[in-house]
Amino acid sequence: MSIRGPLADADRAELRRALVAIVGDDGVLAEPADLRVYECDGYTLERSVPTLVVLPRTTDEVARVVCLAASAGIAFVPRGAGTGLSGGCLPAEAPLMIGTSRMRRIRMIDLPNRRVVAEAGVVNAMVSRAVRDAGLQYVPDPSSQNACTIGGNVAENSGGPHTLKYGVTTNHVLGVELVLPDGEVVELGDAIEETVGYDLTGVVCGSEGTFGIVTAATLRLAPLPEAVTTMLAVFETVAAATTTVSRIIAAGIVPAALEMMDRTIVAAVEAAYHAGFPTDAGAVLLIELDGPAAGLPELTTRVVDICRDAGARSVRSAADEAERAVLWKSRKRAFGAVGRLAPSYCTQDGVVPRTRLPEILARIERIGARHRLRIGNVFHAGDGNIHPIILFDERDREETTRVLAAGHEILEACIALGGSVTGEHGIGIEKIRELGLSFGVDDLAVMQRVRAAFDPARRANPGKIFPTGAACIEQRTPRRQAAM
Amino acid sequence: MTPVDVDIDRGAADRPIGEAPDTPPGFAAATAFLECVHCGLCHSACPTYLELGTEADSPRGRIHLMSALQAGTLALDAAAVRHLDLCLGCRGCETACPSGVRYGSLIEAARPWIEAHHRRPLATRFRRRLALAVLPHPSRLRRALAPLRLLERFGVLAAVRRLRSRLPARWRYRLSLLPEPLPQPATVPVATPPRGAERAHVQLLVGCVMPELFADTVRSTLEVLTRNGCWVTAPAGQGCCGALALHAGDRAAATRFARANVDAFEPPSAERTAAPPLVMNAAGCGATMKEYGHLLADDPAYAARAARLAARVEDATELLARLPLIVPRGGLPPCRIAYHDPCHLAHAQGVRRQPRMLLAAIDGVTLVAMADEDLCCGSAGHYNVMHPDLAERLVARKVEAIRASGADVVATANAGCALQLEAGLRAAGLAVRVRHVLDLLADAYRAAE
Repeated sequence: MSIRGPLADADRAELRRALVAIVGDDGVLAEPADLRVYECDGYTLERSVPTLVVLPRTTDEVARVVCLAASAGIAFVPRGAGTGLSGGCLPAEAPLMIGTSRMRRIRMIDLPNRRVVAEAGVVNAMVSRAVRDAGLQYVPDPSSQNACTIGGNVAENSGGPHTLKYGVTTNHVLGVELVLPDGEVVELGDAIEETVGYDLTGVVCGSEGTFGIVTAATLRLAPLPEAVTTMLAVFETVAAATTTVSRIIAAGIVPAALEMMDRTIVAAVEAAYHAGFPTDAGAVLLIELDGPAAGLPELTTRVVDICRDAGARSVRSAADEAERAVLWKSRKRAFGAVGRLAPSYCTQDGVVPRTRLPEILARIERIGARHRLRIGNVFHAGDGNIHPIILFDERDREETTRVLAAGHEILEACIALGGSVTGEHGIGIEKIRELGLSFGVDDLAVMQRVRAAFDPARRANPGKIFPTGAACIEQRTPRRQAAM
Repeated sequence: MTPVDVDIDRGAADRPIGEAPDTPPGFAAATAFLECVHCGLCHSACPTYLELGTEADSPRGRIHLMSALQAGTLALDAAAVRHLDLCLGCRGCETACPSGVRYGSLIEAARPWIEAHHRRPLATRFRRRLALAVLPHPSRLRRALAPLRLLERFGVLAAVRRLRSRLPARWRYRLSLLPEPLPQPATVPVATPPRGAERAHVQLLVGCVMPELFADTVRSTLEVLTRNGCWVTAPAGQGCCGALALHAGDRAAATRFARANVDAFEPPSAERTAAPPLVMNAAGCGATMKEYGHLLADDPAYAARAARLAARVEDATELLARLPLIVPRGGLPPCRIAYHDPCHLAHAQGVRRQPRMLLAAIDGVTLVAMADEDLCCGSAGHYNVMHPDLAERLVARKVEAIRASGADVVATANAGCALQLEAGLRAAGLAVRVRHVLDLLADAYRAAE
């Protein structure tokens, strides 16, 4: 049996002393002000304050902390930078939070074999920065890449605009160092490309901290593309834009990224960043092609032709790196600009097969109309990963109820069209209810058995992914929240 | 949670220090906190989070704390105050924030509120009072420095500096925050004619600490401006911009300084349509004066005049790049220069390009890239005096970036940064010189003679 609720004062004091013995006085946070900020991550609708937060600096310290928690039967939750969008690192049923923010070393850079070993707390963008001079990069690029950590990326199996062509985190992780819930340190996967046996690294990617704590990962590096073209295609209607998406993919072209913004989002983005977006257009596509310089102009011409055939009003390519940077900044920071449209907003993260994009967008429009809500769309069109953003005012209780209902209906619609309830934000605590829409009882039981193989006592991040009985969480109203 | 709707700049902020609040606690509009979507993208831009790894010392964490303090769901205890105190006010988070949260305004509104509701330890109160009573007043500062100048003249300070390695670490660091050698104060004439044809008329904010501790940079500023055809007037009656008081949470004192400057710099009514630019060589002063309109918004007699003044404020590097610069005929001996962005220039004013343009225009200069060029060095007003431990850790990080850049000179556009960088470089034993952009330009002009 493990301890899931808040600890009694005496137990807390004893645990604190034992933790200080491992990580030192400055590694244990116990004051109310220290702890309050850990009550939620990028998902703020639900909150719970941890009893204690510990910030180890090494794998050995993590192992000793987890060992201590195991012997005391205390549940724990890992946390990276707290940029998650589904409440994955919410303390929920775990009194002890283990943060990786002080584990920031890149342990090894192996250029000839194109790999690095990064500790869990290394910020995503720092990996690419460390190898850029050698012409290499770490490909997965979530919009939060300047803040989110490798440990969190592995836990959430994070995506990003460029995963359309290059895949998500699991496609770039060769191996992980994992502290199991009993404190044992194991190395999964291999430093070489092909391994024998079960792909345990693959199982850990996306496990949302329920198998233990990833303390380091061996990451694959890829060469920077020789040439890049970034285009902005402008359409009169959302339907014309989404049709173009399907046609580009059907033509056998795999863009490095293929992103869509509708009129509502374009208006906000243009007001914030002045990138020259036409505010009267129905939708715009941001299309990026990369590869060897030799074939790129021809490929660009083909894409431009497809856009024009589908009714694009204009297609222009970024003239230089500066213009390209502005286009990407506008896209990656689009959600921030949405704050200009309404006091509050709430975003959803669903997936549909990309051929069904016109259909899901039509359904979202109908759902919005039925609930009298304004909904903007900005998303990874290439892989059918939608991010409808519902605008509202959180001080209006009645409207807030309609927002929750609309969000749930949108995810139901994704399932009905053969999609899923999350593209890249994870299940966490936010989508426990929706997980049941995608999977039957048998599926969930099998997943639970996989989890039990790693964590039989359910002490690693309990209360996440799967529905459980007890939860001591404070429900909040939906409010402004980041859409990546 | 019952948010209290109080506009920024009203509420507890203007109450005299020590007076009990008669309304529920509040220092900012509840909607100002709503602007933060809690995405956490500010983390990597926050020097204290990078150094400590604790989220209560990140911008998002501090906004979370401020919101909870205002709502009354968190006690204003020593721990909470420490997290807000440790904020450098560098505003790197504003550059990183996709939602356009005005973090600077929030923390600025919180500080007077903290002073009104939290009693600090006696020693801390004394140090803060002393700093605010002396630093922003040039005549008092001059009197305070007089004994030190004597010690400098008779070689005592030099002797103490030679014994540096034997001093306790804390005193070693404090000693290094005094310029070496301590200069004789600079005096700026009320009007200085241009050298060569007149191209512009500018007003100069001389500042409070600058002429006392950084006299050479003040002289360089005059030299560079006049060589660029500027009539430079330094109106009498001007004083400290108010930044030090503002950052320490003494809003009443800050507004007093601001009003005095509005009076001093306001041209006669007939000339108002063609009022000259108001320039300075310290980033913190420029950032503060550009926000005078906001600072005095509640004062009917000053609001409009303050806004007009704010619109005229330009950093000297902005003005010179815009004129444009008369390229020095001389130059510098070949050198590799890395540029460190002062926070209050890059993040608060968005001025990044101009100082680099000026440096690149000097013959002999090769600009080299440096990691985290716009990450705070830990100087931050008098932060390095109040929190020497963290300031020292921050500058050590900066020194590593300088070392890796291979530069032999670090240029910056703020004297406080220069002092802090010099201290860090000296502690690390790195032979890299630190110069203000205007000092380097002045050298290049003088070299032609």
